[in-house]
Amino acid sequence: MTYTQLALTGVVVVVVLDLLVLRVGLLRRVAFWVAYAIIVFFQLLTNGWLTGREIVTYNPDTALTSGDVVLLGDWRIAYAPVEDLMFGFAMIVLTLDLWVLWGRRGIGGGPYADGPWQRRRDAREARRAASRAAS
Amino acid sequence: MFVLLTTLPLELLLGVRVWRRPVRLSLAVLPVVAVFVLWDLYAIQQQHWFFDPAQMTGVTFGSLPLEELLFFAVVPIAAVMTLEAVRVVRRWPVGDEPRDAGHAAAGRGAEQPDAAERGAAEWGAR
Repeated sequence: MTYTQLALTGVVVVVVLDLLVLRVGLLRRVAFWVAYAIIVFFQLLTNGWLTGREIVTYNPDTALTSGDVVLLGDWRIAYAPVEDLMFGFAMIVLTLDLWVLWGRRGIGGGPYADGPWQRRRDAREARRAASRAAS
Repeated sequence: MFVLLTTLPLELLLGVRVWRRPVRLSLAVLPVVAVFVLWDLYAIQQQHWFFDPAQMTGVTFGSLPLEELLFFAVVPIAAVMTLEAVRVVRRWPVGDEPRDAGHAAAGRGAEQPDAAERGAAEWGAR
């Protein structure tokens, strides 16, 4: 299979896994798409570095790009072939589906965060609730 | 390194507790590493992509460069950190919210069969 075919297959497989097989349904969650938008930005940065400096090069016979390393166009975004975005999407959806799946099974707890951010907000909300109760 | 350094503050400042849940993190990341190592080995064998030996450590496992292995571990970890950070900041549900009352929806709707959905909705509404 070519890289293009494999990358498309990867996207289809993880979409089917998410919605129909594992039934995690992350693709229907706002949280996923916001996280993905952040991840894609950093993916373009790091992948742009790796491909722009030609640390990694691609075979034009198996990808849509004709092989010239350009910033944008010729099926490249930030120097990297568009197939890399599909590859990354498959990787991220698979990872996050597993993460949520194990969370559901009770491994590693639920949506708890206990950093300073969370503690300050909990304290703030507790104060608000207390002042509401007092008034 | 870049990815690890930019996501580490998320663990410390937001307290996303990703590194502090090593079992769950390993169970999410290791299968992904396995799948994508296979993909990478196939792609290298089929000559989908090439690495510049002058810009690599030169450490390889068979035809798989060390960098690829690290990449397949670091990127999923960063992805989990990002999702958890979004959740901490926005409180949007991702689907593993507790089924019975508990931390997220304390004491509310524990008896109803749709408690999970309601717990998630309440979590998201806050």
